[in-house]
Amino acid sequence: MSNAPEYHLHRNAYGRMVFTDRFGSAQEGIVPVRSFPITNPDQGISLIDPHGHELVWIERLADLPEDYRLLIEAELASREFMPEIRRLLRVSSFITPSTWQVETDRGEVSFILKGEEDIRRLTTTSLMITDSHGIHFLIRDRLTLDRHSRKLLDHFL
Amino acid sequence: MQQTLNPSLNTLPQAWVDALLSQLADGENVLAWIKIDLNTQLHFSEGLIVVTNQRLLAKMTSDEIWQEWRYRPGLLLTQRDHAGVGYLELFDAHERLTYWRYRLGNDIAVSRLISCFMRQLDYHLTGKLPLLTSEQAQCPKCGAPLPADQEECPVCDKQSHAPPSTWTLLRLWRFAKPYKWRLFIGFLLTLCSTAATLVPPYLTMPLMDNVLIPYQNGQPINTDLVTLYLSGLLGAAVLAWILGWTKTYMLALISERIGADLRTTTYEHLLNLSQQYFGGKRTGDLMARIGAETDRINLFLSLHLLDFATDVIMIAMTAMILVSINPWLALVTLVPLPIIAWLIHLVRDRLRIGFEKVDRIWAEVNNVLADTIPGIRVVKAFAQEKRESARFHAANQRNLQINDRVNRIWSLFTPTVILLTEVGLLIVWIFGIWQISKDEITVGVLTAFLAYIGRFYLRLDSMSRIVSITQKAAAGTKRIFDILDHVSSVPESSNPVHLPTVHGQIELRNVGFRYGTRSVTRDINLLIKPGEMVGLVGHSGSGKSTLVNLICRFYDVTEGIILVDGHDIRSLPIAEYRKHIGLVLQEPFLFYGTIAENIAYGKPGAARSEIVAAARAAHAHEFILRLPHGYDSLVGERGQALSGGERQRISIARALLINPRILILDEATSSVDTTTEKDIQKALDNLVRGRTTIAIAHRLSTLREASRLIVLDRGKIVEIGSHAELMAREGYYYRLYQAQARNVDTEDRSFVVPIVEHSAAGELK
Repeated sequence: MSNAPEYHLHRNAYGRMVFTDRFGSAQEGIVPVRSFPITNPDQGISLIDPHGHELVWIERLADLPEDYRLLIEAELASREFMPEIRRLLRVSSFITPSTWQVETDRGEVSFILKGEEDIRRLTTTSLMITDSHGIHFLIRDRLTLDRHSRKLLDHFL
Repeated sequence: MQQTLNPSLNTLPQAWVDALLSQLADGENVLAWIKIDLNTQLHFSEGLIVVTNQRLLAKMTSDEIWQEWRYRPGLLLTQRDHAGVGYLELFDAHERLTYWRYRLGNDIAVSRLISCFMRQLDYHLTGKLPLLTSEQAQCPKCGAPLPADQEECPVCDKQSHAPPSTWTLLRLWRFAKPYKWRLFIGFLLTLCSTAATLVPPYLTMPLMDNVLIPYQNGQPINTDLVTLYLSGLLGAAVLAWILGWTKTYMLALISERIGADLRTTTYEHLLNLSQQYFGGKRTGDLMARIGAETDRINLFLSLHLLDFATDVIMIAMTAMILVSINPWLALVTLVPLPIIAWLIHLVRDRLRIGFEKVDRIWAEVNNVLADTIPGIRVVKAFAQEKRESARFHAANQRNLQINDRVNRIWSLFTPTVILLTEVGLLIVWIFGIWQISKDEITVGVLTAFLAYIGRFYLRLDSMSRIVSITQKAAAGTKRIFDILDHVSSVPESSNPVHLPTVHGQIELRNVGFRYGTRSVTRDINLLIKPGEMVGLVGHSGSGKSTLVNLICRFYDVTEGIILVDGHDIRSLPIAEYRKHIGLVLQEPFLFYGTIAENIAYGKPGAARSEIVAAARAAHAHEFILRLPHGYDSLVGERGQALSGGERQRISIARALLINPRILILDEATSSVDTTTEKDIQKALDNLVRGRTTIAIAHRLSTLREASRLIVLDRGKIVEIGSHAELMAREGYYYRLYQAQARNVDTEDRSFVVPIVEHSAAGELK
């Protein structure tokens, strides 16, 4: 069933993704969007045109030809920003607002937690923390954090 | 070197300044710079982008050399953002030269950098010196221009999130201050009543030494002495009773007033906060804060703090008495005290954290209730009672879990204090007996000591409870002050302009609004003439409601300015300004009360004839008269059930009564059927006459009256014109109208809307 797709994708010199349908009409500025970015990132990726209309629904990236897959993955990587917290180094206080110094998969950073309500439970063990600028930090499994981090985190849960 | 430093460079770390200075040529000036905090792979890494009068310079920490781009034709610097992360891209006519990523915190600085770059580019290409706007004050920290009437930088201000001090309880003084004299008298009464309670143990000493011991040694009982001592005991007890009663009554009275003030102030403050605040909070949580937390603080002040103060006074007095009787025995008696204090201190932190958790989990339990009960119809319709009860059960279970953990520490605490009490008593016994054997003290002294410290340690036990209670109260106080400290994001102007009459001209200049990290509207320019009716059209999410919220000043614009009759709406007093606006919403909200009260909500003093006139104009008069109690019928959450159309007409009457110059109809007819819509439309026609009207409507057919339609798409105005003009243009509006006309057709033919299949190879055959 994985036929070659009936469209063409490439990145132009301006760094934008271009989508050409089977009739040859091209659209610039296509963005791929994950449907379930947190619960199931690999299922259901949609290509959206600049007006917000869906062009293609991709059930699984693996179904695509290699070059398209890489292109979409690169584009997704440049859009997705949800640093995953690996370790809590310091928190300025246990009373919010509090500045957190954390180690993430994207390097060390500090952010401000405005209130406990910005820590959202996704499942029983995973948490999403929204900082004062609206950036989401993910803790995939708080039980696998080291003891120090767990202890700091525990003050806020 | 020739270059002059931009004063804002002061805030740049020295290492960067040095690196930058070594790059600059003679006569090159730094005009703008930003520090970025992400690299292109979206890893956290520092970098600097600088605009000088000759070129654009950039370097990441990991880079060896600076990259530079000199001004040349075709260059374009743009920004866009997605999910809290910004893109800054540099193009020339053919390709993207480079790009940077940054976290949105310094978004305004980026805009400034871009405008600075484009101005310089313009200068280099055309030779025209950029027209500088009058020297505006700049924020010393981030370099963003300051608004004319504000001293604090709006950018930095939002970023300063200093944690509150642990001594939050002291902040309650603000509410206690009006009662300070009464508090002082209460304190004196406390001192006296405590002193009175200390008399009886003191009298046991002579009673023992002068009466009982001599009697045991064969002497007769001295009845005069006994009468004296016993009447002393009685007198002290009665005095302590009277004093204790007055002081408790008086202090409870004061604390109740402090609590009431606290509640009212918090509620008043809450009402003045912007919609943004309410959008981000859950109702259950806010209700708990104002209700339960103030009550807890109140209880703490009237009961626990009072007890604690009494205890401290008693301990101090007892210590003095003991030392005056016998310093050595006093020393031994008082030794366990610091140990217990230390123990208390040890447990304090853990308990406080525990209790904060308990609080939070309580709010969570409340939130489940606040979520479910208003949505009970949906719950029942989808038969999800089990799931909701499971959710409640889970929240409750977490509540249990956390309480269990707190109780583990807590349960250890009290018995330990009791054990220490017993040990302390034992030490006093041992030392006392030894001293008696040496004839250093009498039996009476030892009895008095034991009587004193019996109560003394007893009080320590109850004092130890103050730890948790204080912590709870402090946590509650913090949550209250969280609200009180929250400055409205729609601040009242410091020198407001009063407009006695409003003509209703509305002008939007370059209006932009950002909600969190999402920019909702951008570059809106619009002039609405007095008395004109305009319609806002667009898909949902195109920014129609945002625009209306901005005009009502429920939110403040992040960029640009909104002028009413030529005045910035931020310079008008909020309440006064909103009196000129009539708002009819999609889901009209009726308060519990009579219909007449609901109609007169915006003008409480309205005469009955005015109310009836407004109801007539709103085509509500007749159906109101059909209700059993006419205008006195109760409506609202617990009152008479009204249909959507009827409620809507009441809300139209409400808007009519205040006779506003500006009228906003936010999807006023979309939640009712077409027949009712006609009734409402008639009512609206009365309302609209002669007023500046902004109408949002989902059904485009209802906007035929509008002199102009403003078509919005993704936060921008795409088309403006009358219905006929826009249809002739066959643009965005035409497509929107066509799509709707098609839908109406299918509706009429009661077709099932076909499900469009996904184009990808999927599971559908």
